[in-house]
Order: sequence, then C-alpha cells, then structure tokens
Amino acid sequence: MLDFIENLLGIPAPLLFGQLLLGLINGAFYAMLSLGLAVIFGLLNIINFTHGAQFMMGAFVAWMLLAWGGLGYWWALLIAPLIVGATGVVIERLMISRLYKLDHLYGLLLTFGIGLMIEGVFRNEFGSSGLPYRIPAELSGAWDLGFMFMPVYRGWVVVFSLVICLATWIVIEKTRLGAYLRAATENAALVQAFGVNVPRMITLTYGAGVALAALAGVLAAPIYSVNPQMGTNLIIVVFAVVVIGGMGSILGSVITGFGLGIIEGLTKVFWPEASATVIFVIMAIVLLARPAGLFGRA
Amino acid sequence: MGTSRRSLLAGASAAVAVAPLSRARAQGTTIRLGVLSDMSGPYRDATGPGSTVMTQAAAAEFGARGFTVEVIQADHQNRPDVGANIARQWFDQGVDAILDVPTSSVAFAVNTIAREKNKVFLNSGAASSDLTGSQCSPNTVHWTYDTWMLAKGTGAAIVRTGGDTWFFVTADYAFGHALQRDTTRFVEAAGGRVLGAARYPFPATTDFSAFVVQAQASRAKVLGMANASTDTVNTIKAAREFGLHRNMKFAALLMGLVDVHALGLETGQGLLLTESFYWDLNDRTRALTTRVRRANQDRPPAMVQAGCYGAALHYLKAVADMGVAAAKADGRAAVARMKAMPTDDDAFGPGRIREDGRKLHPVFLFEVKAPSESRGAWDYYKVAATTPGEEAFRPLAEGGCSLVRS
Repeated sequence: MLDFIENLLGIPAPLLFGQLLLGLINGAFYAMLSLGLAVIFGLLNIINFTHGAQFMMGAFVAWMLLAWGGLGYWWALLIAPLIVGATGVVIERLMISRLYKLDHLYGLLLTFGIGLMIEGVFRNEFGSSGLPYRIPAELSGAWDLGFMFMPVYRGWVVVFSLVICLATWIVIEKTRLGAYLRAATENAALVQAFGVNVPRMITLTYGAGVALAALAGVLAAPIYSVNPQMGTNLIIVVFAVVVIGGMGSILGSVITGFGLGIIEGLTKVFWPEASATVIFVIMAIVLLARPAGLFGRA
Repeated sequence: MGTSRRSLLAGASAAVAVAPLSRARAQGTTIRLGVLSDMSGPYRDATGPGSTVMTQAAAAEFGARGFTVEVIQADHQNRPDVGANIARQWFDQGVDAILDVPTSSVAFAVNTIAREKNKVFLNSGAASSDLTGSQCSPNTVHWTYDTWMLAKGTGAAIVRTGGDTWFFVTADYAFGHALQRDTTRFVEAAGGRVLGAARYPFPATTDFSAFVVQAQASRAKVLGMANASTDTVNTIKAAREFGLHRNMKFAALLMGLVDVHALGLETGQGLLLTESFYWDLNDRTRALTTRVRRANQDRPPAMVQAGCYGAALHYLKAVADMGVAAAKADGRAAVARMKAMPTDDDAFGPGRIREDGRKLHPVFLFEVKAPSESRGAWDYYKVAATTPGEEAFRPLAEGGCSLVRS
C-alpha cells in the first residue's frame, strides 16, 4: 500500500502523512476562526471583519497576562477570551447595534474600520516585529510517530479546537438557549413577545463569537509570532472558508475548515508557490456550482 | 498615500519644530531629506520611524554650516506604485535626497526616478545586490548591506563549519530569489550542494511547519532561510518545535536585532547572523546609541536605521564641501563628491563609497547569546568574526555595473 502511494505520487509516504497531519492542525485554526464568524453571521447578519484583529488581541492579551501579571498559558486560555469578548460586547453595544436595520455593507465597512484601528493602536504601542511567547512546559516536547516528529503542542491544538467546535455546535443546535438564538434570528419580534430579551442575547452572541477568535489567538501565541499583523493573512483565508462552507452554517464552517487545511497542506508539498491561491480557486469553483456554499441553505 | 510628518531641524540647536514646506522653501538654503520607508508593515521596527529619528540625528550632529536641513517622512506600504508616486512628488516639491526605502521592489522604482530627475537616492533598507549590479545608477548609494554580503557572511561561515548540504525556505519574490541565488553560489563554491527549496507565497504565509518538515525529510544539514522579519521568526519557531535543531544548523540569512528581540533568546540562542552595525560594538556605537535612544522609543538603533544616519551625515558633508547650490542643482555631482570623500561616522567607522555606489565598511558575523549570557535589555550579540569592507562585499568587477570601467 505504502509502495503504491509512493509510486503514484512520487513523494515518500511518511512525508505525505506528515503533511496531512499538519494540514489538519492548520485546519483546526481555520475551523475555530470560521466558527466564530459563522456564529456571528448566522445570528446577527453581520460580516465581522474585525475578527482578525480580535484573534490578534487574544494573543496579545495572553502575552500581557504573562509579562505584566505573571499569569501563564492556562490562565490566559480562560481569561483572554473573557477580556476580548468583553471589548466585543462594548463594540456591539456602542456601534454595531445601530446597523442591524441597514444593508450588510455598512456592518462590513464598520467592522473593517474598527479592525484597522485596533491594529494601528497595537502597532503604535508594541511595534510590528512581534513579541516572544513560549510553549507551556506541560505541552513542550514531541512524539516520534515513526513517519514524523509530532510536537505535543500541535496535537493539543487539534484536540482542544475539536472539543470547542463540538461544544459550540451542541449549544446552538441542542440546547434551549440555542433554540432561542435560532428563533430570534428567524423572527426577533415574536421571540421578544415571549419575554426573551433579544437585544441582550444578540450582544452576548457577538461577545461569544469574538471570544472564540481570542481563544484561537491564545492557541496561536506559542507557535506564531505575536505581532499586530498576525490576523491579517489568516482572516482572508478564513473568510474563504466561511464562504465555501456556506455563510452562517456552523457545521459547514468546521468541516470546511479542517478539509481546506488538509488541501492547503498537500499543496505545500506538490506546488508550494500556489499554496496561498488554492483555497481561492476552490472558492471560485464552489461559488459557481453552489452559490450558497457546500452546507448553506439556498 | 501614507501620512507624512514634516519637521524642520534647525541647525545647531537640533530643536525639532513643525514648519510648513512653503516657509522652508522661501529660505532658499535648505537641504531637504525625505525618509521613505515601511511605517506600518512588517519591516517597520527595523526601518520605519527609527530611520527618520536617525536621519534627524545626523542633521543634528552635522550642525549649522550655512544651510538648514529639513527631514520629512512617508509610508510606502511596501508597494512600488505608492513609493514611486511619493518619490516623484517629493522630487518635484524640492526634496534633494530620498533615504532608506526598504523592500527591494520599491527601491528599484525609486532608483529609476532619482536617476531620471537627477536627484540623490541613499538606500539603506533594501537588500538586493542588483542595486549596485545590473541596476546601478550614478545617483544612488547603497549604504548598509546587501544580499551578496549576507550570503557571504552567514552562508559561507556555516559551510565552513561543515554544513555542506542545504535546503532553502524562500520568500517567493525578488528579494528571496536574490538571497537564495547569492547564497547558493557560496555553498557550491565551497563544494556543498543544495538539496531542495520550498518557495512560499509572500506575504500570505503564516504557518511554516509544512516547509520545515520538507526540509527535515531532505536530510540536508542546513536549513537556509531566504526570507526576513516575521517570516524568519515564524520559520525558526516552527523548526525548533519540530526538532530540526537536533540535527540541522539554522542559517537565518537576513536577521536583525528586532527579530532576535521578537524571537526571544531562549529560542534564538546560538544563531549566527550577519550585520554591519550593532549598538554595542565599540565606544562610538555606544555613544551614538546613548544620544538617540530616547528619541527612538527607548530602543537602540537597528542596522538599517544606523545606515540612514551614516548616509545622511556623509551626504551633508559632501553638500557642505561642494556648496549647497551646486548640490541641489545636480544630484549626480553630489553622489560623485560623496564617492570622492572618505566616509567616517560613529555607526560604521571609517570607510568609502565605490564607483558602483556600494558603501564599504566592516561586516560582522554575530552569534546570538544564551539567556544566561545576556546582561540586560538588548544585550543579544557577541562577535564571532569580522570581515574588512574590501572583502565583505561583492568584488567590483563581478557586479556587472555599467558605471565600472573595465
């Protein structure tokens, strides 16, 4: 079997398996980020272009907690999403909530502008070259899988983000709270008539979506350079993931996130120059064939 | 177009005051220096506002010698079209010299415009050695470093220690290609071999694990990083995570002080890197650092920023030597005068500018300290080797510059 793969593709099978696994790890980041975007779009109808900046804020808050407060990675995993989520709540209350009755374009422009401003403030304060953040001692080291050397931390990222994705899906699809949320997006006035405080629910949903981005940022801090631009490259890919999966589809964004991570990983072996383009080629094909996305409802 | 802050440096007093361009022009005897740099992107900390601070420091040190010096700055956003527009506008508005210009693609655009308008281009930030080779110009001085010198400094040093098989991770644009090309020459000249390369899309790549695993699978002894800034930091982080440091040497071909700062000594210790300036080299560099540190957001100057200081100071000396009116009228003559005069400044010491525009000064191979060796903030390097300027840069005859008479 291994010989067959090697002969077919012209690369050693261990390298291929290694790249599949790496693709899965990158897919975990795509899934977590697109999950937050999908939740926000599904329930608020806002295309949240601040998401990349909020991912970056998560990583920076983790750094600040360590450098200024002496609180390590595990605390950051808990506290950073809460802090960044709280800033999201403020942004939603002060600004985004005024745009719900307007065209999508207004929300897009507003969140894009806020994202640029947040990045600018961090760049002024911390510079552009980045800050160091270490892998926590409990998760450092690596396993020898035979076909590759697998860092423990990367394994943790995949497992943790799968758990988070699953938990989010359960909350929205299987609980009473999730039922309220879904109902409110269909008909807010009716849900409000039943005594549910819809505006507060929407505010908290935005905060939760932002907290998911920040959580991904904390996960990224030990393995990527913590710098103000770190969300910019990632967010473009993540938007493509959301579009391919179907805007607002939670399960779709998770599956697409992992799937595209793997496809991108394979491209990095066979044709590295095209690895940034392949996702957009897929997006174009999917939009031509199924404009609502793979898992979207037309 | 990026924001541009106009400030007037009033001669000996060195006081910075904001003055409208029109008033300065009315005075007639003002030399205008425009710092065109990356003020908001990945190269900002190694160039950017710090380059302006260092240019102002040169003007302050030069003092009042019959003319005033005005320093303005703008952000080229690493885009050749934006950079070219600002350069044209500046030259038309009476800017005499443009400084810095990191990002080779933008530097090539400004290089052409300075020649066409007969002004002066003092490049510090761009790396491509073609600026003094196939693209050389009588209006341009390439001050601080280039890809050939980096390749010789770090690449050849690592081959000498037994690293004779290489795998490159290369940024897929002009700079990355030039750096890989120049390094490959040294590796092969020393009897080594290049086993493979992965060219990744720039700047759209965040995760480098796929490329470091390919490097690992190639069984090369050296991981050659033909990239810069955040990309280099992310490559090294991934390479250490996947255990490449156990059996491979890392060759970070363009890496500077701010990158080591971003990486942290824990991860960066033992790396070899090549620079022509470090703040803690000698008494003169330390004195310079003390003078500028406050204005530079409490950071010591980085190599490219120090290059802006050296280039600006030498240009001003040439202007004083030939007369302001003649210098303003003919950029080519001003650069010729710069080449005729020996250079000397606190950052690079004594040196000279060659006829192809290449500035010559000593080049240092540094080793990054271990955390236990570092005595304080920004104490990151120890000198591993020093190469004299005449040997550190590409020989005059090999560059293919049309200004060089064979």
